[in-house]
Amino acid sequence: MGYRRRKAEETFFKVLMIGSTLIIAGSLLLIMGTIVVKGFPALNLAMITQTPKGGYYLGKEGGILNAIVGSLELAGGATLLALLLSLPIVLYINVYARRKSRLAVFTRFSLDVLWGIPSIVYGAFGFILMMMIGLRTSLLAGIITVALLELPIMARAMDEVVRLVPSSLRDASASLGATRLETAFHVVVRQCLPGIITAVLIAFGRGIGDAASVLLTAGYSDRIPGALTQPAATLPLAIFFQLGTPYPEVQARAYASAAILTFLILAISLLSRWFSRKFQKNTIK
Amino acid sequence: MAKRRIKDLLARRGMVVLTAVPGILVFLMLMGLLGRSKSILTLHSFGELLFDSSWHPLRGEFGLAPFLMGTFWVTLAAMILAVPISLLSAIYLSEYAPRRIREIVKPAVDLLAGLPSVVFGVWGVLMIVPLVAKIAPLFGKYSSGYSVLAGAIVLAIMVFPTIIHVSLEVFGSVPHALREASLSLGATKWETVKHVVLRKGLAGMLASVALGFSRAFGETMAVLMVVGNIPEIPKSVFDSAYPLPALLANNYGEMMSIPLYDGALMLSALVLLLIVLIFNVVARIILIKAERKAE
Repeated sequence: MGYRRRKAEETFFKVLMIGSTLIIAGSLLLIMGTIVVKGFPALNLAMITQTPKGGYYLGKEGGILNAIVGSLELAGGATLLALLLSLPIVLYINVYARRKSRLAVFTRFSLDVLWGIPSIVYGAFGFILMMMIGLRTSLLAGIITVALLELPIMARAMDEVVRLVPSSLRDASASLGATRLETAFHVVVRQCLPGIITAVLIAFGRGIGDAASVLLTAGYSDRIPGALTQPAATLPLAIFFQLGTPYPEVQARAYASAAILTFLILAISLLSRWFSRKFQKNTIK
Repeated sequence: MAKRRIKDLLARRGMVVLTAVPGILVFLMLMGLLGRSKSILTLHSFGELLFDSSWHPLRGEFGLAPFLMGTFWVTLAAMILAVPISLLSAIYLSEYAPRRIREIVKPAVDLLAGLPSVVFGVWGVLMIVPLVAKIAPLFGKYSSGYSVLAGAIVLAIMVFPTIIHVSLEVFGSVPHALREASLSLGATKWETVKHVVLRKGLAGMLASVALGFSRAFGETMAVLMVVGNIPEIPKSVFDSAYPLPALLANNYGEMMSIPLYDGALMLSALVLLLIVLIFNVVARIILIKAERKAE
């Protein structure tokens, strides 16, 4: 093959590659753009300060405060629960277990597999758990289900940063007479704090945006949940239900709700990016 | 001193227990779903339920075939769109893109991965569904727009990040020395990519596609909102379909009121879990092996 033909082949594929990258970046812009253009005109103060009044789903007054608060409570609770599960797991496989121990390898593998399980299956599993312990669709059932959904996301994201703590740092701590537990919390956690916060935020973002798992477990309610045993509305479901009505005014509110949710996710993602940049600056290599 | 040792020992015990959770959780999910779908499995065989295509819960007929085929077609069409685009883009980002572009595109891909599926669904309803309705007549078909194609387009965008993330890691683990050796022999950059990077990363690329496939296979809300949900096996991409995850999401409300209905729905979740597990386990094993080889 002549050099010119070889170069032409390269150019051809380069064009395809750049085109593909543009399609991907373009689809993100298109989605964000559509949500902003369609959502903003329907957005008003009542949407975020009121709960649905009678006939809200027919186009009457009210807002989706119930879903905003419900989502924050649900994702907040779930994230806390997931943190209580993930942090010990990540510390154990990185500080206590030997490097390349079977348990660590198997745990990472299980987390990766869990990460791939669809949220509707978590929903079904949560539903079964709920029936077993005699719980109705409620904030608590939603929190437990979403916590399980968040577990692999949070634990793996944390693991990525905790893994990078140099073993010399842990050895130094041990040589000063610290127990592993002290090393874990005073050295490893402190060293990785921004990274751990990033992991928590990523999981929170996933939790707040998930619909399929809460559909089966948290129920829906026009009131702001006052107790763990009451059903809770969530933003994704509010969007889904409003879009499902035949009234254009209510559908417009679904677009506005989608804009609110997208804005929340965007804020969370920017915040987590800021923390992870901070982490990179603090790392001892 | 003793107090500190005891604290450490207790923490260690507690942590071991928690560390066992992820592994056990997979097992519990399988057992829980199996237990709940026993009611229907004692009456009909697994194969019968999977391949039977009549779904009439009131008559006690629970054939899952239309839903399985619905999921299968939507996912397959999505992968046909997503695989070439994401792999080409991953190659570009890994081998060609200047640093500045990489620093713009990577966060964009992360953001795409973080967008809630319901937002994809709303966008699909607003943009893709009308688009499909408009282009269907060009192919001599009528379509409401709520179709396999609409689901596939939305899903394809949703799996871009999965495939890109995994394959970027795979390409990144190909040693630089190999690339340099190829370049020093006079190969062009593309030839180096083709014969060195892609060949070395082939298994990993397949794994990334498998992970993307399983991600698409289980996606619920976004697809549910744009595919039309008619329980018949679709004949063309412009027809509606009814994916398996949507079946569960749409009907969980009445599943306790019709006999065997809950068993059938839990069975559908079990089937979903089994398929996704197989793809995930295989992909992860490939990736672990590839990583070991690279070390």
